[in-house]
Amino acid sequence: MLFTDLINSLITDTTQSIPRFGVELCLSATIVLMLLMRLSGLDRLIPACLTATVGALVATFLAYKQFDALHAKDAVVTTHIFTGLLVHDSFTVFFRGFLALFLLLTVALTSLTGIPDEEDSPDFYSLLFGATIGMMLMASANNLLMLFIGVEMTSVPSYAMVGFLKGRKVSSEAALKYVVYGAGAAGVMLYGISLIGGVLGTTDMSMLSQRLAEAAAGGSGGLNDPEVRTVALGIMLVMVGLAFKLSLVPFHFWCPDAFEGAAAEVAGFLSVASKAGAFGLLVRFCLALSGAKGTESLMISFGLGLGFIACITTTFGNLAAYTQTNLKRLLAYSTIAHAGYMVMAVAALLVLKNSPQAATLTENINQSIEGLLYYLVVYLFMNLGAFAVIAIARNYTFSEEIDSFKGLISQSPTLCIVMLICMFSLVGMPPFGGFIGKLFIFASAFKAGQEVHGFMYVVVAFGALNTVFSLVYYIRVLRTMFLEARPADARPVPVRLASWESAFVVTLAVFVLLLGILPHMMSQTANDAAQAIAQLPTP
Amino acid sequence: MNPEFLLSAIIFVPTIGALLLALLFDSKNSEAMRLFAMATTLVTFGLTLMLWGHFEEGTSGIQFEVAKQWIPTWNVYYRLGVDGISLPLVLLTGLISALAMGASWSITRHVKGYLVLFLMLESGMMGVFLSLDFFLFYVFWEVMLLPMYFLIGVWGGPRKEYAALKFFLYTLAGSVLMLVAMLMFYFNAPEPGGRFNLIYLADAASKGGLLSPSLQITAFVMLFIGFAIKLPAFPVHTWLPDAHVEAPTPISMILAGVLLKMGGYGIIRIAFPLCPYGAQYWAWTMVAIGVISIIYGAFAALAQTDFKRLVAYSSVSHMGYVLLGLAVWKVNEANGESIGMDYWQMGLNGAMFQMIAHGISSAGMFFMVGVIYDRVHHRDLNRFGGLMGKMPLYSGLSAGLFFAGLGLPGLCGFIGEVFVVLSTWNFSSVLAIVAASGVILTAGYILWAMQRVYLGAEYRGPHPEDLTPMSMRETSIAVTLLALAIVFGIFPAILFNIMEPSITSMSKAAESGYQQSAAQVIQLQAQR
Repeated sequence: MLFTDLINSLITDTTQSIPRFGVELCLSATIVLMLLMRLSGLDRLIPACLTATVGALVATFLAYKQFDALHAKDAVVTTHIFTGLLVHDSFTVFFRGFLALFLLLTVALTSLTGIPDEEDSPDFYSLLFGATIGMMLMASANNLLMLFIGVEMTSVPSYAMVGFLKGRKVSSEAALKYVVYGAGAAGVMLYGISLIGGVLGTTDMSMLSQRLAEAAAGGSGGLNDPEVRTVALGIMLVMVGLAFKLSLVPFHFWCPDAFEGAAAEVAGFLSVASKAGAFGLLVRFCLALSGAKGTESLMISFGLGLGFIACITTTFGNLAAYTQTNLKRLLAYSTIAHAGYMVMAVAALLVLKNSPQAATLTENINQSIEGLLYYLVVYLFMNLGAFAVIAIARNYTFSEEIDSFKGLISQSPTLCIVMLICMFSLVGMPPFGGFIGKLFIFASAFKAGQEVHGFMYVVVAFGALNTVFSLVYYIRVLRTMFLEARPADARPVPVRLASWESAFVVTLAVFVLLLGILPHMMSQTANDAAQAIAQLPTP
Repeated sequence: MNPEFLLSAIIFVPTIGALLLALLFDSKNSEAMRLFAMATTLVTFGLTLMLWGHFEEGTSGIQFEVAKQWIPTWNVYYRLGVDGISLPLVLLTGLISALAMGASWSITRHVKGYLVLFLMLESGMMGVFLSLDFFLFYVFWEVMLLPMYFLIGVWGGPRKEYAALKFFLYTLAGSVLMLVAMLMFYFNAPEPGGRFNLIYLADAASKGGLLSPSLQITAFVMLFIGFAIKLPAFPVHTWLPDAHVEAPTPISMILAGVLLKMGGYGIIRIAFPLCPYGAQYWAWTMVAIGVISIIYGAFAALAQTDFKRLVAYSSVSHMGYVLLGLAVWKVNEANGESIGMDYWQMGLNGAMFQMIAHGISSAGMFFMVGVIYDRVHHRDLNRFGGLMGKMPLYSGLSAGLFFAGLGLPGLCGFIGEVFVVLSTWNFSSVLAIVAASGVILTAGYILWAMQRVYLGAEYRGPHPEDLTPMSMRETSIAVTLLALAIVFGIFPAILFNIMEPSITSMSKAAESGYQQSAAQVIQLQAQR
């Protein structure tokens, strides 16, 4: 190939890719704009939060447009962009829309609660936007290198955001813990990538399964085959990196400290968005390695292993939350537990996809991804709702201890009722969205148990049992808010129904309720996204 | 009004009432809010009576079925309907809710919140009895928990938080098991369209085409535990005394009058028809649990010194009859034919009747305890006495309601117990004798309690000056309940006419389902 051909093909590829990369570009442009405005002093006139809101709004709109465009076609459309480094399909766009919407909500929350202050806001929003771009890259990665870059691009701004409350010792300590842990996990993951890439001779994720099948051919396909064994080791090391992002046991230690140290808004953002990105990546990574001839039973064992980790994670998260007195720390453990529920869906996906009868189970494979995506969407609203209530109340009481919420119902019934809806949704009670999400996930795990391996029944049993466990600590918070009397010396929290704060949290609560009562709208969208990724032909 | 719309109206009129109450009323004007809530419950009760008017007696199938698609990808439908099994319970719910609302004037703290939650609770209860889609049933079943938690937790007695959490945890544990069972049916239903349709699933099960016999045994256990917690049966009854004692009077009435019936209803509507083989497999266990509940509850009631706790344990004992009556299904294992099918049907009828009778008598008993508690603010049985002299009308009405609970012939409690005990004889004569002896214990604790409270020379407890006669409102509630206890005691056919066809067809379907599954078992054994 001539050099000019190469250049020409690169130019064509890039020009074709750029429109499909519009959301990320829009976010990048907003970052640059915010920083430039600060340089020129324009941010005194137009506050950075306004610029950020507009940027996030445009990004959400673009993502919606992209989704619409993909939706209009009947067939599943998958395009590789930037010479195959990223992939553009309904799944990618689903996550782009999800993350952009979440970014918008977070920006709205931060401008309501006034964290960060005006001086710092361009920095803060740049970090926030940068992290979001990283998450979008994670969800659209089609190359192991992009996988790594996505994770790092998310992590580095996150470290800074956790430590953003300057001068607070807890905050700095939390950030430091997060950095050290994150750096270790990234190193391990990079080593895993090098093992996979080294053995299979490619880092292109769409070719991994084919190469894996070739590597396994002739051998036993199990761990006795040295090539397969090395790849399996690589997969495990990559999983460690992802487990760190998902705060799965035993890689969860950073999570409670980081959440306690960070502002509630940041904690809310990290708990949902960085998990969402990591789940997008996990699904892509698992599917990329699934279906290779000869390694099915190995992959099923990986799925069962994930199921095992999910059980441990949920149980640990729920039990550890019992003794917490700080509400953010309690929610951090609840986040760990919820990551466990969601990993159950991925476990079911791996088990179903690699089973001998996978061809007849396409509907169930879609449903397992659908369940995960649905859960993420509900989780966005319910978890952000809970963190928003904490952040708003904190601005009045200057405390995030559970005790500072005593008897809040007498002063801010709106906040309390929103908290109630969010928490019962987190428990998984109908008619709230959390129930539907949980049901979808349990159903796919149950199906995996019925069709493939009985261990998945145990996973369902753990999930069901944990629902009961989790009730106790969520209801402890609600009991404090609703059943106890407000101490006379407590700082008042006068949040009226007709205020922006109330409007914001009520909107979130309404979505939690809507997702529980009319799940069809969202579940169909999630199903489309699931189809786009699960239907990829496997060798 | 067309009957199909009527069903939705019965469920959602209280919800709409709750919304209006929350939005329109000033929270200081508690009298207006109470009257509005009272009117809402009365309208709902009126609607249930209209439903009865439309209901065609003598047919067994589902009437006024409504089916609207709700979640198409998961084949979830908004499916409602009534038959002879659910209609009496719907009527009971309407009645008890209205009466309990009448008893709610004693609530003076946070009246608005109380009334809103109360009406939401009524919606949930109606939804449970009217839904024919498993998913919908489950949603309503859980929706009830939220208001109940707060009704006990905010307006309850000294240990309210403990009691409320215990109630919530027990029920949630049971419903999680139900959820797993629901998935089992979902993934084993032959037709995807009917995966949550209880009627379709029951039909498939009666043809032996739903779950394999071994799965039925597992699924039945899960469902049974969930429903037994609600019933409540020994040994998962321990939430009940706490919840009852701590709950305010009207909520105790609802708990005893309606919520406990959901356990029995779930067994007869879901567990038996969907897993007939499992039901038969566990028949002996269930009968044993029923008998133990009767005897244990009665002994526990004898030991109480708290008046309300005594009535609570009497509920455990009386609901044991319900479980016993449902479970006395005897088959000849050699050929799979039922032995004395008539007796089982009699037991089922008796159990259903007992549910209604207990709903009336126990709600009445709790109300009567509440009336005296509002006056003297204690419930210690040993510090009462002589009420007959001070409050003759109250004591007379109480005596009537307690006799109804005791099972005195001529009152509603008698019919259910007799039917159940008679049908138990066919199952096992020893257990029938044990169950019948429970009646003696019942008489023991009720008569003893009456002696300590109403008879005696004079009242020696605190606040003797507050023993004022009952108000009009209180009298009318008590009179209504006593009148119904007498009416059902003398004309049990009012209820039997509604129930019998549905119960007969349910039991026949279960029998054929059992035979199909038993044949599968024999086939499997032959293959081995």
